[in-house]
This record gives sequence, C-alpha cells and structure tokens, in this order.
Amino acid sequence: MQPVASSAQVADDTLVVAALRRGDESVFTELVNAYSSPLLRLAQDFVRTRSVAEEVVQETWLAVLNGIDRFEGRSSFKTWLYRILVNKAKTRGVREARIVPFSSLEPLGEEHVVPADRFRGPDDQWPGHWAEPPRSLDTIPEERLLSREARQRIAAALETLPDSQRIVVTLRDVAGWDSDEICETLDLTEVNQRVLLHRGRAKLRAALEQYVEES
Amino acid sequence: MATPEKTDITCQEVVELVTDYLEGALPINERLDFERHLVWCSWCRDYLDHMRTTIELTGRPDESEPPSPLKEQLLDAFRDWRRTRG
Repeated sequence: MQPVASSAQVADDTLVVAALRRGDESVFTELVNAYSSPLLRLAQDFVRTRSVAEEVVQETWLAVLNGIDRFEGRSSFKTWLYRILVNKAKTRGVREARIVPFSSLEPLGEEHVVPADRFRGPDDQWPGHWAEPPRSLDTIPEERLLSREARQRIAAALETLPDSQRIVVTLRDVAGWDSDEICETLDLTEVNQRVLLHRGRAKLRAALEQYVEES
Repeated sequence: MATPEKTDITCQEVVELVTDYLEGALPINERLDFERHLVWCSWCRDYLDHMRTTIELTGRPDESEPPSPLKEQLLDAFRDWRRTRG
C-alpha cells in the first residue's frame, strides 16, 4: 500500500476519505496526530475535565469511522470532524451542566488591535497613518514563513487567547466553519462573532510579526 | 508611497476593518474605500498580507502529537473498527 497522506496532504479530502474507507492505518494515524491535540483543546472548553474531553475526542474519531461511508464531501473533512466533536462536547457539557464560556463574553468596548502608538498622532500631517508599519513578507523565504516553527508559534499564541476568542478563531480558521454555523452553535450574534474573530486574529498576527522580526 | 487624500480612510481604520473586509461583511461603499486605500498604501497591503498568512498558518495542523495513551486507545479502536468491517 503506498503512503497516501503525509501531513502536507492531510488537506486532500478525497484521498483521506478513500484511505479511511479502506482501513489505511497510516492515514488514520496521520489524522490523529494532526488533529487530536486541537480537538482535545476545544473539547475542554465545553466539558469539565480533561478525562471527559479525552472521551469526547475518542467518541468523535469513532463517529468519524462509523460515518465515513456516509461522508459526502459537502463540507471539508476537517469541518465535518470539528462538527462531530462540538456536537458531542456540547451534549456532554449540557449533561454536566458546564456553562459554555460565552455567558462571560468580554465586553465589546473600544479596543485597538494594534497599539495606537504605531500610528501617527492627531498633530501629524497624516494622523492615523502608520508610524511603525508592518514589515513586508516579500523578503521572507516561503519555507521560513510557512515553517513548522511558524505554525507552532501561531498555535502557541492561539492557546493564550481568551476562551471566547480562541473558540471562534478555532472554529473559523482551523475548522473552516462559516460564520452562520459558528453563531448558531455558540449562540452569538454575527457582529459579536466577528469582533471576537477580529481580536483573536489580530493577536495571532502579532505573534507572526514577532516571528518575522526575529528572522 | 503616493500622498494620501484627506477623504481616505486611515491606516488605523484599515486595521480595524480588516476582518470585516476579509469576511465579506463590509458594505459596498466601505469596501471601495478600503480597497482604494490599499491601492496607494503598501504598508496596509503588507498588513493584509500578514493577516492572510496568519489565517493560513492557523489552519495548518501544528503537528503536536496527542498524548500517547489517547493515541494508543484511538489506534486500538481503529483496529477494532477495521475488523468489524471485514
């Protein structure tokens, strides 16, 4: 059997689904390696304990295997995977009466996602324009920009986000959900969802910028 | 960099509108202002490029392995599942 999915190819749904259907253990292992940690992290936002979160992740993978013959590719595999996880985690969370953190949504007041001192002041000829602009990425070699280290830096920054921002960024940018599905699942308005996404993404961008500055 | 016109939105505003722009949530007039700003402001194009790269990186698995008892349990479950499929 030829190796079908290196982690770079995990994104290719057709190959992944075909491999799972024929019981390819190496592909299953790749998927488990790639996604179990982020799935576990997300599950922990909905349930009380780490061990219950691990059960949720196990149930999710079993549901993936048992449902793989019915997967029609209307969404991406990843979107589907996260949908199963969140449904299971929410069900467990409700049973445990764990409150999903959105009740404690941080206030949506004025907040600058880039420090104000990076822009020219009101007395400048061009107020509100960059004083300290971001560095162009054109000079950074792609293999450095998209390196494993860069991904890990972003993943580490994701960890440090407030819960509500982390969950929204995870569902939107990791799981690839559309905003309607996120709003419905988390009982958020579209505007609040976007504010959380905006603030979360801005902090991840700051982590990328720091990484780039070190290059 | 060309000289900005006074009627243009500022870089600071671009930074705050970037998610609405990328999510397709800007009303048409604001989207045009946003895009007009990008035409002359290479710094904001760089910022947008940062944001797109960040989103792409966020979507890629970081290859941190799951804790090994969980991984072993999952592989056992996989083998059981495969057996039942015959």
